[in-house]
Amino acid sequence: MMRLPPFTYVAARTLAEAAAALAEHGADAMLVAGGTDLYPNMKRRQFEPKVLVGLRGIRELAGVRGSAREGLTLGAGTTLAAVAAHREIVTHYPALATAAGLVSSPQLRNMGTLGGNVCVDTRCNYYNQSFEWRRAIGFCMKKDGDVCLVAPGSPRCWAVSSSDTAPALVSLGAAVRLVGGGGERTVPLAALYHDDGIEYLAKRRDEIVTDILLPPVDGWRSAYLKLRRRGSFDFPVLGVAVAARLEGAVVRDARIVLGAVASRPRLAEKAAAALVGRRLTPELIAAVAELAAGPSKPLDNTDFTHPYRKKVTRVFVARALRALGGLGDAGRAVEAIA
Amino acid sequence: MTGETRYADDLVLPRMAHAKLLRSSHAHARIRGIDTTRARALPGVLAVITGADLPRVRFGILPVSQDEEALCTEKVRMVGDAVAAVAAVDEETAEQACRLIDVAWEPLPALMSIEESLAHPEVRIHEYGDGPNVHKSVALQFGDVEAAFARADLVREDTFYYEGSTHLPLEQHAAVAHWGPDGKLTLWSSTQTPHYVHRLLAKILDVPAAHVRVVAAPVGGGFGGKLDPFAHEIAACHLSRLTGRPVKIALTREEVFYVHRGRHPVLMWLKTGFTRQGDITGCHIKTWLDGGAYGSYGVASTFYTGVINPVSYKMPVYKFEGARIFTNKPPCGPKRGHGTPQPRFALEVQLDRAAEQLGLDPAAMRRRIVTEPFTKTANHLTVTTTGLAECIDRVVEASGWRTKWRGWRAGEAPSEKKRGVGLACSAYMTGAGTAIYWNAMPHSGVVLRADRSGAVALLCGATDIGQGSDSILASFAAEVLGIALKDVHVHPADTTLTPVDLGSYSSRVTLMCGMATIQAAERLRGAIFEAVAKKLEVAPGALVARGGRVGVPEDWDTAVPFAQAVELGEAMHGVLAFPGSYAPPRRAGKYKGGGVGPSPCYSYTASVVDLSVDEETGEIELHDVWIAHDVGRALNPLLVEGQVEGSVYMGIGEALMEEQVFRKGLHKTPSMLDYKSPTTLETPDIHTILVETDDPEGPFGAKEAGQGPLLPIMPAIANAVYHAVGVRIDEVPITPDKILRALEARRRGKPARVGPEKLPLFAFKEPVVVESAFGQPADAVVVRPFQAERLA
Amino acid sequence: MNPQTVEPRMKARIALSVNDQPHELLVPVHKTLLEVLREDLGLTGTKHGCELGECGTCTVLVDGEPVLSCLALPVELEGRRITTVEGLAEGGRLHPLQQAFAELGAAQCGYCTPGVLLTAQALLAAEALPPRDRIREALAGNLCRCTGYTKILDAVELAALRLSRGARAGAGR
Repeated sequence: MMRLPPFTYVAARTLAEAAAALAEHGADAMLVAGGTDLYPNMKRRQFEPKVLVGLRGIRELAGVRGSAREGLTLGAGTTLAAVAAHREIVTHYPALATAAGLVSSPQLRNMGTLGGNVCVDTRCNYYNQSFEWRRAIGFCMKKDGDVCLVAPGSPRCWAVSSSDTAPALVSLGAAVRLVGGGGERTVPLAALYHDDGIEYLAKRRDEIVTDILLPPVDGWRSAYLKLRRRGSFDFPVLGVAVAARLEGAVVRDARIVLGAVASRPRLAEKAAAALVGRRLTPELIAAVAELAAGPSKPLDNTDFTHPYRKKVTRVFVARALRALGGLGDAGRAVEAIA
Repeated sequence: MTGETRYADDLVLPRMAHAKLLRSSHAHARIRGIDTTRARALPGVLAVITGADLPRVRFGILPVSQDEEALCTEKVRMVGDAVAAVAAVDEETAEQACRLIDVAWEPLPALMSIEESLAHPEVRIHEYGDGPNVHKSVALQFGDVEAAFARADLVREDTFYYEGSTHLPLEQHAAVAHWGPDGKLTLWSSTQTPHYVHRLLAKILDVPAAHVRVVAAPVGGGFGGKLDPFAHEIAACHLSRLTGRPVKIALTREEVFYVHRGRHPVLMWLKTGFTRQGDITGCHIKTWLDGGAYGSYGVASTFYTGVINPVSYKMPVYKFEGARIFTNKPPCGPKRGHGTPQPRFALEVQLDRAAEQLGLDPAAMRRRIVTEPFTKTANHLTVTTTGLAECIDRVVEASGWRTKWRGWRAGEAPSEKKRGVGLACSAYMTGAGTAIYWNAMPHSGVVLRADRSGAVALLCGATDIGQGSDSILASFAAEVLGIALKDVHVHPADTTLTPVDLGSYSSRVTLMCGMATIQAAERLRGAIFEAVAKKLEVAPGALVARGGRVGVPEDWDTAVPFAQAVELGEAMHGVLAFPGSYAPPRRAGKYKGGGVGPSPCYSYTASVVDLSVDEETGEIELHDVWIAHDVGRALNPLLVEGQVEGSVYMGIGEALMEEQVFRKGLHKTPSMLDYKSPTTLETPDIHTILVETDDPEGPFGAKEAGQGPLLPIMPAIANAVYHAVGVRIDEVPITPDKILRALEARRRGKPARVGPEKLPLFAFKEPVVVESAFGQPADAVVVRPFQAERLA
Repeated sequence: MNPQTVEPRMKARIALSVNDQPHELLVPVHKTLLEVLREDLGLTGTKHGCELGECGTCTVLVDGEPVLSCLALPVELEGRRITTVEGLAEGGRLHPLQQAFAELGAAQCGYCTPGVLLTAQALLAAEALPPRDRIREALAGNLCRCTGYTKILDAVELAALRLSRGARAGAGR
């Protein structure tokens, strides 16, 4: 049986306690909420923290506050199942509800949290393997080694951002509140990520993600499409989140975000800009989809082939846009559209 | 159901220690030395062993392939080969100790494909075989194929590739060994074949077989993956001998991928001649199997890629050449359908193409060429009953094939998601006609013992691996004895208690154990009738047993309750315990290799798959699967349907996503997440139709259901994909990526196909040339060993 | 006040309620619920197929919700109600789901069955008569290699029907 390595467990009851524990144990400590990402990684010895700071007992981390009109505040400890089923989110921020509802399996969504999914470790099929497997191949730079096995000449790690909710949230213009020893700060969620498989979070070690803030809905529509082999369990090997504000058929504002094709959620800015001020016609959609596929640069370290993931980027962007514009069949992968 | 079933990993014995194996991290390497000093020094470690501590014995499930060691001594041949084992007070300590064992490796070149192994004869994975890195090469010819092709109106040559896949039982293999102070060894294990494990443990551990007891624990999924003796079982036994404690060993999921013995990757070339009407004039198949690092059942697997196809359709002449190649990967073996899904895929896809070229309805074409009942095939196999024509009719009817298929539609306008239907058929054995080791003894034995309480104990060596064999066998005894199912108590798979059954493989248990059970029950009933007849003063032949009583139907008031009948019988005969034995009819073709393929009878299946293909993403969505299966007689329709549905499911996995693939010498996806097994969401509604042919060889007319229904699924899906979007994916799995590649190829004016482009340069040996037995009538008299009284 | 801290390899005193029975346990904090159920409480009805959250075999209910016991820490479950397959039958009577699974042959090797039963039980507690596709979705986190799911879906439908009839009959009384 795969078992966890031993650790010290700190059951924090308040944010202050958690922050203090992080400060005290420094690099030896890690945070755990749902445990659905961390525990498997620990069993494979990808992480061997001496101290785990448990966030489950912190009441202020759970729950959704506010309204779509004024903006929502989602506690980082809210489970993915709760996010996916939340009526206000389903109605007004469908990209997020869809993304949360497509994470792994029903059981895992009952356990995993939104904060956990936003911070989910980057993945790579040279890295998400047992200690023995990684030792057999000679380890990689993300853990215990010094080369990148997917791009051996590369000075950086190419592990893949594998969050479903992150691209959806970035497309919705979400912000994130962080609380640490030095106080708290709120930054756009897009600023939480680096394009680096190892240092993928722009978060200090002592900081805790406490809330995700969604802006007032203000006429934005959104959609999320996920590519993966099976309808359950699988991480995204491509996620496409599109949000747009339309007046009639004319796009006033838009964001297109690609997940699982880089070490961070990748904004397709040129593609989004090409939409603004234009009518959402099939021709425009085709052109924008082509532009959006530009920044999609998957490598051969997930399920499916990387050329295939790149090809589907174009298809999914077009489908998401068609769905937002009410232009007919959006394909099977669109689960919910506002 | 209630959580009470005790699988091997649920067993706990007092003072039980826990063991782990250290496995090779090299695909191919010489072992220069193993230093266990640091591991031994770890507190909590009870014993550490290497191959040097075991008798120097090589073993293997087949007598012709004795090429395995429990713990490798000289070299390792794959990542995952075991080299040392630790027993400790708990599993964590054992695991930690394994990491403290230092092995000095001398890496050797790793050969990871058929092509590499054939290209590097200077690197030898094994020293034996039919050539450098060639485990087995076979060639059989029945009649003149070249003349048959010359006669044909259409001759097709196609190449196919079938990727390997693994069983993925949800239960990870586990075993508990206890070498008692009396010098006797007991092993409880999740095994499908306690008898073979028993025989081999005695050999490997160098102990008298009389002092070894193997108990098969309930198996949490087998599918052929628990049919060999394994390193972990052997190590646990030896560690128990050393420590004087019971020792448990439970594999991790990753280790289960290394144990493997799954579907062989097979490269195939198939040449078939057709008449204008769709009749086959002759067929020639070449197969190259990627065997992995050891022999396992591979010699049988190699034959199976060639010998079963002629059972379904009329093939007057037939030629088969096959070779199994060693590679530095986990050994392949007998996964559900053993060696036959691959050539079935090739044949059924080729038939579809031929039907299109000939302008024929693929269902009608197949219907025309099904084999005749009670005849022989070109390669001397005996077809008894066949319900294939009815299976085709029923599945065509139920699926609405005629409306959905609409003829070969060329040049239709593309739309994003296109719908298609595909049809394919198959045949499969109901138990192998010969045992794994040559002997004249029964393949299945049963002892029935009646109790004065009216209960009947059924002792049989078979393992219930989820197929429900315990309940089928109990129902046979209950039927013959006229008692309730609940009154029969099955004691399965315990080598000191139960007569030998060869194991739960090859779809043999219902038929073979069933026939033995019926024989034992008839003997028991005969003894009871004799005693009751005396008391009632009637002739024994006037009696019937039903509803828990024994009596004369016309005078049922005087009928004796079964318990009382047992007492009368026991008073007359002494203890009422009767054996039943079964061995298949001896019908092996009289040529070298004729022992693989014969079976008492064959099951038949036809399936129609309805699906959509998304032309933009290449994704396939299955809508419905209709499947009609000739099961001879459906004794327990729910269990039969369950076997059919499960087979369809496993076929869907193989067709669409499952693949055991390697990269840089390592298994690429050794986890439940990365090895893709379909969930409820990818599994469509399965519509099962049971066809009955009442076969004289089967118990109450029954044939197998656990493997055959897997076979048509992959080609039916491939044919439906072609019907939907006009591209041929000549390999499995059929992935979205391959579909897009084929569509792109078509756009660029190239053949709309993805599949193997070249074949290995390989000289098969001269074929054994035998006259075709095609069309000859089945032997008039069936000689079934041990069953003479039933003929009388 | 300091947060409660448990040192590595040090055992934690944990109070767990399993199948409505309270247990006082002294276990290392890094042992998962799966391990504690099987190895410390002898409740081996909870099976395991990967221990990484990738198969659903080890599913148990925590406060009525299906969770993966291989990824849950007992130290985080104090005060919660844990249900395992051993807690499904009431007295000597099989739960209607167990009954339907037995009647329809929805269990073959039986190894995934405990997890499937518990997931289905949670679904039926939330929705009386879920449509087939809803059952499919709810069971999408439980892999089965034997059945092709067909008989499982049939059995859940049958149990749902019986349970809702029973509930209606009960309400009418």
